[in-house]
Amino acid sequence: MSELKEELKAKIIEQLNLEDVSVEEIADDDALFGDGLGLDSIDALELIVMLDKDYGIRLSDPKEGRKIFESVQVMADYIEANRTK
Amino acid sequence: MKKVYINSIASISPQKTFESASFLDDIIEYNDNVIPAFDPNYKEHIPPAAARRMAKGIKMGVVASKLAMEEAGIETVDAIITGTGMGCMIDSEKFVSAIIDNNEQYLTPTSFIQSTHNTVAGQIALGMECKAYNFTYVHSAISFESALIDAKMQLENNEANNILVGGVEELGAHTTNVHRVINHVKPEPVTISEVLNSNTEGAVFSEGANFFVVSNDKKDSSYAELLAVETYNTLQKDKLSETIKNFLEENNLKPEDLDLVVLGNNGDVDFDGYYNQLSENIFKNTKQVYYKHLVGENNTVSAFGVWLASKIIKTQQIPAIVNLNDIESAETNIVLCYNQYRGENHSLVLLKKC
Amino acid sequence: MSKGVAITGMGIISAIGNNVAENFDALINQKKGITRVDNIKTIQREEIMVGEIKFTNDELIAQLGLPPENNFSRTAMLGVIAAKEAITQAGITDIKKYKTGIVSGTSVGGMDMTEKYYYEYLTEKEPQKYIESHHAGDSTQKIAEQLGIEESFVTTISTACSSAANAIMLGARLIKSGKLDRVVVGGADCLSKFTINGFKTLMILSDTFNTPFDENRKGLNLGEAAAYLVLESDKVVKAENKKVLAYVKGYGNANDAFHQTASSDNGDGATLAMKKALKVANLNPSDIDYINAHGTATGNNDLSEGRAILRIFKNEMPEFSSTKAYTGHTLAAAGAIEAVYSVLALQENVIFPNLNFKTQMKEFNLIPQTELKKKELNTVLSNSLGFGGNCSTVIYSKEA
Repeated sequence: MSELKEELKAKIIEQLNLEDVSVEEIADDDALFGDGLGLDSIDALELIVMLDKDYGIRLSDPKEGRKIFESVQVMADYIEANRTK
Repeated sequence: MKKVYINSIASISPQKTFESASFLDDIIEYNDNVIPAFDPNYKEHIPPAAARRMAKGIKMGVVASKLAMEEAGIETVDAIITGTGMGCMIDSEKFVSAIIDNNEQYLTPTSFIQSTHNTVAGQIALGMECKAYNFTYVHSAISFESALIDAKMQLENNEANNILVGGVEELGAHTTNVHRVINHVKPEPVTISEVLNSNTEGAVFSEGANFFVVSNDKKDSSYAELLAVETYNTLQKDKLSETIKNFLEENNLKPEDLDLVVLGNNGDVDFDGYYNQLSENIFKNTKQVYYKHLVGENNTVSAFGVWLASKIIKTQQIPAIVNLNDIESAETNIVLCYNQYRGENHSLVLLKKC
Repeated sequence: MSKGVAITGMGIISAIGNNVAENFDALINQKKGITRVDNIKTIQREEIMVGEIKFTNDELIAQLGLPPENNFSRTAMLGVIAAKEAITQAGITDIKKYKTGIVSGTSVGGMDMTEKYYYEYLTEKEPQKYIESHHAGDSTQKIAEQLGIEESFVTTISTACSSAANAIMLGARLIKSGKLDRVVVGGADCLSKFTINGFKTLMILSDTFNTPFDENRKGLNLGEAAAYLVLESDKVVKAENKKVLAYVKGYGNANDAFHQTASSDNGDGATLAMKKALKVANLNPSDIDYINAHGTATGNNDLSEGRAILRIFKNEMPEFSSTKAYTGHTLAAAGAIEAVYSVLALQENVIFPNLNFKTQMKEFNLIPQTELKKKELNTVLSNSLGFGGNCSTVIYSKEA
């Protein structure tokens, strides 16, 4: 589980070009959107593709993403429960 | 009808032009057929959160526009009008190649969003929180001049007081390679002193961003008055001189009234004839300068010509490196810029000391 | 400031017809042009619906009588067809008699060929002719050449989905300022894998018929089209005793400055654009008889635009509808397509229905016109809203 979380943090930084952020700076429960990491709706779409490509989870409604991407912890829990690869 | 002035200028180009204090006194010597822009420290000007999705063209446009706004000493404008012939090449290439390479699967939106032609104008507006008129012209070598014409009409009719106008172009690796195979890029590297006499097809490809605040409010710090701008989709070589004479006449001028002409020679053996016939005929007694040997060729590089003309008029200095002939004129009052690309999309921009 | 600019001709090709008459016929008979995509091979075929013009490129080449070695993108070919119809309808036989220019909007440009031959360009001789037709200005340059417009003002605007509306706006300014006597204005965009996949990544493509302003809307259908208007100065109208179809009465452009792809919740940009257009037209909201809305059927657009319309019109709402259910969203061409529809509405005194609408949106009580309606129309307001927060409004009128 903690391995998955580290993996997600690294992927988020790389995929979303968060040059000035390091893995250590993202706590498991930090909010990813809004006041936390400051991600927006375009990032949510990027993360939806990541879920599909890397974990075989397809979302059809971008609104679902907002809940799943609340924090790295929530994301990891969701992936563990739903992954197909 | 109100008069229109250039109140500030800013340039990011393959030369060190973004520092307004210097004026082509520390030339970067290239020996290449593709030359990138000399980068300012973008991080000083764009917060990391805003910069993370920006390709180089967007960064250049945003920073050049900021520099122009700072020099003009204003916080906002009544319109933002940009020109870009090729648009956001880097993101376009990224998205097209992703479509092909991944057979339309696992595509992400960022490069598609950023590839839109009006991304630079939109990002400038976002950064300034400017809800004003926001246009982007995308017509090859007259993209910048189209923006200038639009701005000039609005200022003359007093529909706006200050307008940010600019041209931006970024190099995309694949697009450049594709233009190599059709000989639009010079076959071999050339130095800046050899460009005009290279005697080969094509041009030295480049990138850059040139932005201006134009206004109907004259300041002590204004660079020049913008007298007239005209563009022509086609123009036969044998009608060029006559067209320029007519253009000058409409502005109550004759060729001999000009103190300086800024020409767009790029060393393409097939198309420099347009400039050469002017140099040898109607402008043979007029001081001539050129600039593409320093900053290369791109669809909005003619905006650099306007930058150069503005700077010469304000400083009353002509850097030796841009001289095309030896004629000296005591004062530089009236300047004409002429440009075309591959025999199409000709433009004339007429400036006057104010 | 308030005098309108004369429209003396128009031409169009879209998913619902190859000329003005066919488009009008489809509009009043409620025939939509939304189908599966046939001319582009895409793995998205079963997941999306489009507003496609069914001619293949070869058929278009034959129609236009282009030589085999031509390098016209599909955008350029559609543009030439529509622009030629506009010139014919305006009764122009000698294009050089007056100072004539062209302003066109496009976002796809020659991308259809670039995406087809992207890597081949480097090694294959045959497709290399299309390299020069990639840039957005190329289609306009070719339309100018086909119309015989030379040594003149020819330019291209690309502000995403408001491009053609902005081309019309610039055209009106050029006539008013006396820079041109006559100008062909409009836009063209063809379907491409680039835009299909691009909008797909934004998750705003509907897998069925788009339903503007409906609570259960699922997104847009992409479309392809071209449309042009001929604008002429009073001098030309008088000298040639021209029949005027309608006038460009007002126009406004503003930027939402909110987000790269999303409109602000309250539609600030659209509100400003409509305000400016009304001011230029010297009209009050109550003077507007019909609104041809942008209405793309995305969650974000219809909510934002609806709120903006309510902010301007308050309790004086005229009938409004989106015609996107007929044609799909034709991106940069949309403002020109809807200009033609607005002029047709004025000429025929008819409001075209907002097809596929069933359920009112819960955020406000706006119900579009869902049936064809006869009504004396004097002014029509048309919105075009795009990426990068680009918002435009053009007002068309019967009287100058």
